[in-house]
Amino acid sequence: MARIFSYRRPHPDTQPRYLHSPYASSIKRAPAKPPVYLPQTLSEITGPSFPNVETEVKATDLTRQHHGDPLGERIIVSGRVTDQDGRPLRQALIEIWQANAAGRYLHESDQHQAPLDPNFTGCGHALTDNEGKYRFVTVRPGAYPWGNHYNAWRPAHIHFSLFGPAFATRLVTQMYFPGDPLLPFDPIFNCTADESARNRLISVFDWETTIPSLALGYRFDLVMSGREATPYGALT
Amino acid sequence: MSSNVTTSQTVGPFFSIGLCRSIKQNLVEADVSGERVSIEGRVLDGDGQPVPDAILEIWQANSYGKYAHPEDDQDKPLEANFTGYGRIPTNDAGTFHFSTIKPGPVPDPDGKLQAPHIAVSVFARGLLRRLVTRVYFPDEPANDSDFALKLVEPARRGTLVAKKITGPVGAALEWNVILQGSGETVFFDCGL
Repeated sequence: MARIFSYRRPHPDTQPRYLHSPYASSIKRAPAKPPVYLPQTLSEITGPSFPNVETEVKATDLTRQHHGDPLGERIIVSGRVTDQDGRPLRQALIEIWQANAAGRYLHESDQHQAPLDPNFTGCGHALTDNEGKYRFVTVRPGAYPWGNHYNAWRPAHIHFSLFGPAFATRLVTQMYFPGDPLLPFDPIFNCTADESARNRLISVFDWETTIPSLALGYRFDLVMSGREATPYGALT
Repeated sequence: MSSNVTTSQTVGPFFSIGLCRSIKQNLVEADVSGERVSIEGRVLDGDGQPVPDAILEIWQANSYGKYAHPEDDQDKPLEANFTGYGRIPTNDAGTFHFSTIKPGPVPDPDGKLQAPHIAVSVFARGLLRRLVTRVYFPDEPANDSDFALKLVEPARRGTLVAKKITGPVGAALEWNVILQGSGETVFFDCGL
């Protein structure tokens, strides 16, 4: 085996650059030198899989991880994970984490003046099904202040971490909510130059997955790298 | 029709809620073959300050040079108790450590063997997308002819090669991640 079917590289400006000075934390952490172009090898087109991960109800329903119900607006977040050619990614591990409805994370570094919720931890995980679909039940996270600049507030968001088929396809992102007035002012949301790429981080309100008398539905589809059509490398 | 890949966003400062459910710092079970190695280091920013809110993910072949993945069709043994995957957060001092085995060599695109290496993703507050790098091993003659190391200017190759040190429990390797500035670690563009 030497011929490699690489995963495609992103179009310019559809992924953030490392240095985005409006996001203060990037200034001392972004590498100063450009990354070295590495053709993908067997090391990059393989990657971990998680066949034994437990996906009990508590993992996907963040409102049922404690004795009582968490405060806030219960929501359904669901969608599909595909590659760039629309093929479903099956058994892909998705991990999510978020603030509670008051905008507070269950984390020692989050000391802002909003209450913790004893009935909400804010983390979950799921494996996609055979159609690439996933579904979480949670509460809508609150916006919260942060120290990036004067009167800085993060728009409501849920962090998503995805393992696709390979090391080369690893993806971590954030999902936002439609109509959030904070989006135009958020340096993290706006770190990507391409406007349409940015806007695909905004979930879509979805009647189809809304449950009457229980929870509003938001749809968030994710796209992971697809394959190059032709291989490279020596035949052995 | 081809869509664009979803845009990356930073893990932010609170990722431990979601990602530290499944920390894996020791990849070695008792019956896994290969030379045991303990690797430790620090993640430092452009001011040389430790980065306490970073998390590394590693991916490597087993001691035979075989990946636990269906696309590795090499005729080499797989080991059920070795996945080759680890997830390692930094602590308050920006320090990380993990235990694994030295991987065997895997082929490069020309059909030659790459030097033993571990693929690494670095995530942290402030990183809008992950950084990709590699750990190579000291005193390894194959480093001189390695496909990926040869892509790097010679003066910077050393940032990818771990150094021998004496650790608390015997021999260990030190390998640091310098995000920016003097001694900046080489990072690769391997796709996303």
